Formats: sequence, C-alpha cells, structure tokens
Amino acid sequence: MKRLAFALALAAALPFAAQAAEFTQVQTDKSAITFGYQQMGVKMDGRFKKFAARLNFDPARPADAKATFDVDLASVDTGAPEADEEVAGKPWFNTKAFPTAQFVSGSVKALGGNRYEVAGKLTIKGKTQDIVVPATFTAQGNSGVFDGSFTIRRGDFSIGEGAWAKFDIVANDVLIKFRITAASK
Amino acid sequence: MTNRYTTTAKGLHWLMAILLFGMLALGFYMQDLPLSPQKLQLYSWHKWAGVSAFLLVLVRLAWRVTHIPPALPASMPKLMQFAAHAGHFLLYALMLAIPLTGWLMSSAKGFQTVWFGVLPLPDLLDKNKELGDLLALVHKSLNLFFVAVIVGHVGAALKHHLIDKDDILTRMLPRH
Repeated sequence: MKRLAFALALAAALPFAAQAAEFTQVQTDKSAITFGYQQMGVKMDGRFKKFAARLNFDPARPADAKATFDVDLASVDTGAPEADEEVAGKPWFNTKAFPTAQFVSGSVKALGGNRYEVAGKLTIKGKTQDIVVPATFTAQGNSGVFDGSFTIRRGDFSIGEGAWAKFDIVANDVLIKFRITAASK
Repeated sequence: MTNRYTTTAKGLHWLMAILLFGMLALGFYMQDLPLSPQKLQLYSWHKWAGVSAFLLVLVRLAWRVTHIPPALPASMPKLMQFAAHAGHFLLYALMLAIPLTGWLMSSAKGFQTVWFGVLPLPDLLDKNKELGDLLALVHKSLNLFFVAVIVGHVGAALKHHLIDKDDILTRMLPRH
C-alpha cells in the first residue's frame, strides 16, 4: 500500500517536474542581439555576431533567475565594413581596451503572463549603468525563447567621442533588441 | 509664336543650374572622404537636394508641356535642330534618371532616404551589397555622362552667341 502511494505520488509529480525545467543552455546560433539607432532621421540597424551567455531560468521560480551576457564588441555588424572599422575604434567602443560589453542580472520580477522584468548592470567601455530590461519568455518544447528590447543612451557610455559626441548626426538613443533561445537540461 | 521663355521657365532653368552644379560638386567631393560626422551630414544633404531636384524637374516638365518653349531659329540646319532637341531630351532624361538611381542605390546600400530627415521615401530595393555597388557605379557613370552633356549644352549656347550671333543664349537671360 505504501509502495502504491509512493508510485502514485511519483506519477503525479512527474508532469510537474517536466514543466519545471530550468533553462540553462543558451543556443547562440538561434539567438540574436541587434541594435537600432537614428542617423539624421534615418533608421539604421546592426547586430553583434558573437556573444556568450550564462543563464538559469526556471519559469516556476523566476525570482531565482540569473543571466550574464558578454558581447564581443569587435563582432559588430553595422552593415558597412567602413562603419564596422570606425565603431571598433577609440572614439566608439575602443575594443582594444574594452573588448566586451557585459550585462549581469540582479533581481528578476514576474509581471504576470509570460512577461518579466530583469534589473541588472550593463557595463560598456568601463562605464556601468543600472538598467531594467523587459522580456517575454515563450516555452517551445525543450527550449524557450526570451524576447525583449531596451533603450540605452550612447552618451552614458561615452560611445562616440570627439567629433561624434554631438547627437545631431548620430542620435543618442540606441535600441537594443534581443532574442535568446535556451534549452533545458 | 513668341520668341520668349516665360519668367517661370527661366527661373526654373537657372535654379536647377545652380542646384545641379552644387550637387555635382558635392557628389564628387564627398565620395572619397573618410567616415566622419561631416561625411554623413554631406550625404544626407546630397540626398535631400537630390529628392528636391527630382521634384523640381517634374515641375519643370509640367511647365514645359503647358508652356511651349520658343522655336529654334529657322536659319538652323535641320541636323543641328535635331541635335539640339536630342541634347535637351538627354538633359531631362538624365535629370530624372540620376536621382532615381541615387534613391535605388541608397536602398540597396541599406541607407534609407529620409527627405530633410522627416519624410522617409520607401525602399524599393532590399539591402544587397552587389546591387548597391552596381547602382553606385551606374549613378556615377550617369553623372559623368551628365557632365559631358552639360559641357555640350554650355558649349552650344556659347557657339550660338559668339559664332552664330543669334539670341539662343540671351533669350534665357532674365532681362530678355
């Protein structure tokens, strides 16, 4: 009788265990970090081809979620080789001195439904800012997709110094968009 | 049949002359500049001026269709008259084709044209590097051809004035 009860309890717990998967394996080939900005009223966009991510996300326990992103700034793709070279240079990212941009999550809040709010610290070019990133999470079988976007001001990170420091040609606001696919263990 | 251009026709002619000389100079100057805020600004200005020039050509064509320009002197040989009409046709064709190729090139290169930074023109082409480079070559070649036709246009006007001593050049001047 005891054994049967145990078996029943185990059977009841199984679907829950399957649902409560923790998503940890970021699949960079199915993920993207892109950015958009304005240049004299013209909408421009680009992406980062290389980044590394560490992630622990359990939809059942969102408050315990953790994420760290390291974006290889030299992998920037602005759509024009001349601009890629320029942006890697000293006035912009200065990738020789500051090769990566890093985001480290702090607290994660569930907003209801599949919406979350991730507070964290973003460090670019040696400057750290507190940011809040809204994201949605959509589970698809054994993997899940995080989607979201947030706006930073390039001036806060000294991205674009000297002749580029004014915002009349290249705007201050930069919209960062991400789509991160992660598999459960 | 009057021997005079309307004031509007003259005004449009000289306005476009100034605008197009400026655009040609800017276009050839800016292309080899290293990337800088100034270069981006000049490119934007060039595109804004190009869209404006295209619209002005449409206005000019509409005016020309509704206000027949004065005839060429009867003393001109038929072949020369034909050459004059062909030259003017080429000038108009290029004034239409050059801004269009500039617009298409911008789209193919992934830089949308936004008139005066406010009015976005639709991108008729998707971003495509090879096509963008090809259209840049077409845009540049058409401009070199345009410069040659302008040289012919100015040369012909001077020939009429200095050698034929007719009023072909002076009738385009303000006080004629």
